[in-house]
Amino acid sequence: MRASRLRPLGVAALLLTLAAGPVAAQAPIKVGDINSYSGIGAPFTGPYRAGIEMAVEEINAKGGVLGRKIEVIFRDDKGQPAEAVKHAQELVESDKVVMITGSFLSNVGLAVSDWAKQNKTMFLAAEALTEALTWSKGHDHVVRLRPNTYEQGHMLADKAGKMKYVKWATIGPNYEYGKRAWETFRDRLKELKPDVQVVGEHWPTLGKIEPGPLVTAILNQNPDALYVSLFGSDWLAFVREAQKRGLFQKMFVVGILLGEPEYIDPLKLEAPEGMLVTGYPWYDVKIPGHQEWVARYVKRGDKNPVLGSLIGYVTYLSVAEAIKKAGGTETPKLVAAFKGLKVETPMGPVTFRASDGQSTMGAWVGTTKLDAQRGVGIMVNHELIPGEKVLPSDEEVKKLRPAN
Amino acid sequence: MSLLLVQLLSGLANAMFLFLIASGLSLIFGVTRIVNFAHGSFYMLAAYLTYSLAAALPGGPAAFYLAALLAALAVAAIGGLVEVLLLRRVYRAPELYQLLLTFALVLITADVVRWVWGADNKTGPSAPGLAGSVPVAGQLFPSYDLAIIVFGPVVALGLWLLFHRTRWGVLIRAATQDREMVAALGVDQSRLFTSVFVLGSFLAGLGGALQVPRLALTTVMDTSVIVEAFVVVVIGGMGSVWGALLASLLIGVLNAFGVLLLPKIAIVLIFVVMAVVLVVRPWGLLGRPEIQLRPPGSGAVAERAARRPHPAWTAAALLALVALPLVLPTFWVSIAVEIFAFALFAASLHLLMAVGGMVSFGHAAYFGVGAYGAALLLQLVGLPMPLAFLAAPLVAALAAVLFGYFCVRLTSIYFAMLTLAFAQIVYAIVHQWDEVTGGDNGLLSVWPAAWLASPARYYYWALVATVAGVVLLRRVTASPFGLTLRAIRDHARRAEALGVNIRALQWTAFVVAGFVAGLGGAVFVFLKGSVFPVYTESPMSVQPLVMVLLGGVASPSGPLIGAAVYKLLDTVITRYTDYWQLVLGAILVALVLVFPRGIAGVLDGRR
Repeated sequence: MRASRLRPLGVAALLLTLAAGPVAAQAPIKVGDINSYSGIGAPFTGPYRAGIEMAVEEINAKGGVLGRKIEVIFRDDKGQPAEAVKHAQELVESDKVVMITGSFLSNVGLAVSDWAKQNKTMFLAAEALTEALTWSKGHDHVVRLRPNTYEQGHMLADKAGKMKYVKWATIGPNYEYGKRAWETFRDRLKELKPDVQVVGEHWPTLGKIEPGPLVTAILNQNPDALYVSLFGSDWLAFVREAQKRGLFQKMFVVGILLGEPEYIDPLKLEAPEGMLVTGYPWYDVKIPGHQEWVARYVKRGDKNPVLGSLIGYVTYLSVAEAIKKAGGTETPKLVAAFKGLKVETPMGPVTFRASDGQSTMGAWVGTTKLDAQRGVGIMVNHELIPGEKVLPSDEEVKKLRPAN
Repeated sequence: MSLLLVQLLSGLANAMFLFLIASGLSLIFGVTRIVNFAHGSFYMLAAYLTYSLAAALPGGPAAFYLAALLAALAVAAIGGLVEVLLLRRVYRAPELYQLLLTFALVLITADVVRWVWGADNKTGPSAPGLAGSVPVAGQLFPSYDLAIIVFGPVVALGLWLLFHRTRWGVLIRAATQDREMVAALGVDQSRLFTSVFVLGSFLAGLGGALQVPRLALTTVMDTSVIVEAFVVVVIGGMGSVWGALLASLLIGVLNAFGVLLLPKIAIVLIFVVMAVVLVVRPWGLLGRPEIQLRPPGSGAVAERAARRPHPAWTAAALLALVALPLVLPTFWVSIAVEIFAFALFAASLHLLMAVGGMVSFGHAAYFGVGAYGAALLLQLVGLPMPLAFLAAPLVAALAAVLFGYFCVRLTSIYFAMLTLAFAQIVYAIVHQWDEVTGGDNGLLSVWPAAWLASPARYYYWALVATVAGVVLLRRVTASPFGLTLRAIRDHARRAEALGVNIRALQWTAFVVAGFVAGLGGAVFVFLKGSVFPVYTESPMSVQPLVMVLLGGVASPSGPLIGAAVYKLLDTVITRYTDYWQLVLGAILVALVLVFPRGIAGVLDGRR
């Protein structure tokens, strides 16, 4: 009788001690990640999530940040900007996350970024590639990890400008990413090689390509070279049709992102050879620490890494580094910490520029080749071009960004 | 010259795939009147099954063909099971409840495929013996595509023989024209329906299986094919095999030449073609005018003018809504505002589909125009936020005046598809007109005025707008106008004989619905702070449809309950699982089976 009357008291006392004691200070730091885990972004975001989980496990195993563990709450935006904004609100208001990461599609990234600006929340855009995010729509509360369309277009144009090809055509998805990927490449190419002519532009609807007629149309414009910004299933379908119709024998092809394992692996031995691409040759990166990272990743999930894996991993290294540098989790401190934040990553050091929040993460540029042994296309003769080399200077960036 | 020939051949090959999918869809709709959204899911499922079977089966090169056939047969069996186990239970429910079930199946299949095969894109094997190309007029052309160009007409001929040389086929054709009459003559309808479903699903499966050597497999290939298939069905004329073939050829060839001549409008080309065809030939190219299926007076959707709710109930509900921000955490206050936006959206569709008997597949056009209208008036014209908010529904109503004029000339599925065509045209405009709409990157920073910016204040602003919109709809439905609208719905000919100007009334209802949907769009855009073309796309049009059906067509509170239940389910489920589509789909199936007249329908029945 007495015991049962006392037990609740005991429990209450225990709870009080727990709440007041040091454990409260050890409560995890929560971070929210919003990404397209279903729908068109899913092939990329699955490995991205695995990369995040790996980074967080490693950080927490070493004692976390500021003596606290990191906990990530994942939310699926379903590819819809409105969904992403809803999650951002919930994560910040109900789950009390200290900042938000993620976004694969450009418009989702922009919607979350604008919400973050309005609601004074730090947002680290991991994957969304639109330049607008850090330039024309840039602000203090957003930074971005991946090299944007402008950078990748420039890297490719710098190589293509040294080649003999004069007549160019392009094909890409009919939305902002595809169009900007082409425009930045074209403009840079014309700067380097003023006699370049554009003989054709093709903009199939994203996710609904009918490749046959497009391949024929391109063949009949007879360009020397073709610039491709298709990706995902559109790209795969295009390749199959282009192979059968001999397109790759008749012209040189440049593809933005197309050396990423996400896009080249599904093609197996149908992957075209000799393309100039940006991508991720994880099997052949000599940067110190990178192969150890690959080994850890493979051991953990029994799957080879793709670029998304690395992006997810580096995103959370950056989050941890920023919180450490800030010495706290308050937004103004985080905003300040991200300015010029330097992060050591498996692909070398990366800095978030103070002027625009764009990181200096680079991209590998190389040529595709078939690897009969593994049965997939790979990148050869590749080099990692750092972001610093192609990014506009701080003064130029200032002109691109709204005054605020 | 050689270009034209090769382009024509490419178009023909694409046309044959469209034909395989659309003929099955046309057949199912023609006989059972079910708008089968899951048709695209069967197509996807067959493609994935072929991929796995081809790898697993022994037999070397021939394995692919065997795998394709087995996959199509498996999908046919699944189609039959779905009909027997699920759809059959709701044939007695008001029209369109089957649509809710097929929508749930789309969700479930999408997640099952993601779960079994993973989310990464896949490329299947080439077709043995047909992997190469042959020279045609100086260019290489895939031999597989040539084979398909031959195979398509063979299937068409086979179907024609089936329909004209077998008793089963004769019954199918009869049922397509007049289902009630066939039943009255003693034909077992349920067996007929099941067999039609099996055959239709088989054709979808065949289409999906045969795409494996050409396209990539993705978990979104279901949605990318279903809308186009519906367009083909409607252009060709419901239930007509030759019509489906003709329309497929038209669309396939137009698309092939469209990329050469009109690359800018390729995104809407097929919808423009459909709109033109429907305006000129309201029943499609080879379709026949529909016979009114319902006996006079039975009511398409069993919706009646509702009694006015007791003032005490209304007052209590209002009081609860006013008190909400005082007790709810901020996040849930925003969810409430989102529900308001969708309640307006769904309630405006309810006016059209339940009271007016006009089911719209393109209602997102007016929601989207309202949202874009508000954003542009604020940012481009520089109106103060409250004025931009109030003017948004007027902009949406203007769009409804324009599109409604053409839509109300049509009935049933043809009406629905024309509304869809206009919604796609709106989508294309906001998507392509970068300078004004920001294109794909949308319009950002569309936030409420500073004095309204706190969540609680915007909640009250949205609440007032929502109550005003709902009261407007109630007034309209209870007025003589609303009663006449119901008369038209239940028997258009009788109403016309009484001197009712059918089209003028339906047009008016269309504009009112557009106005209120635009109001919902305005509530939504200032909640989210941004607007994007996706808000005018077809998945957005499906949402209010699902809400109205879920809540119950018969009662004016149905769409409000439906909006709340659907949004809450969606919000809660996504928190706990990555497979939210599977869970949501399963719950929808359960709800349809338990409440075949919608949630409000049951509440009403208990009273």
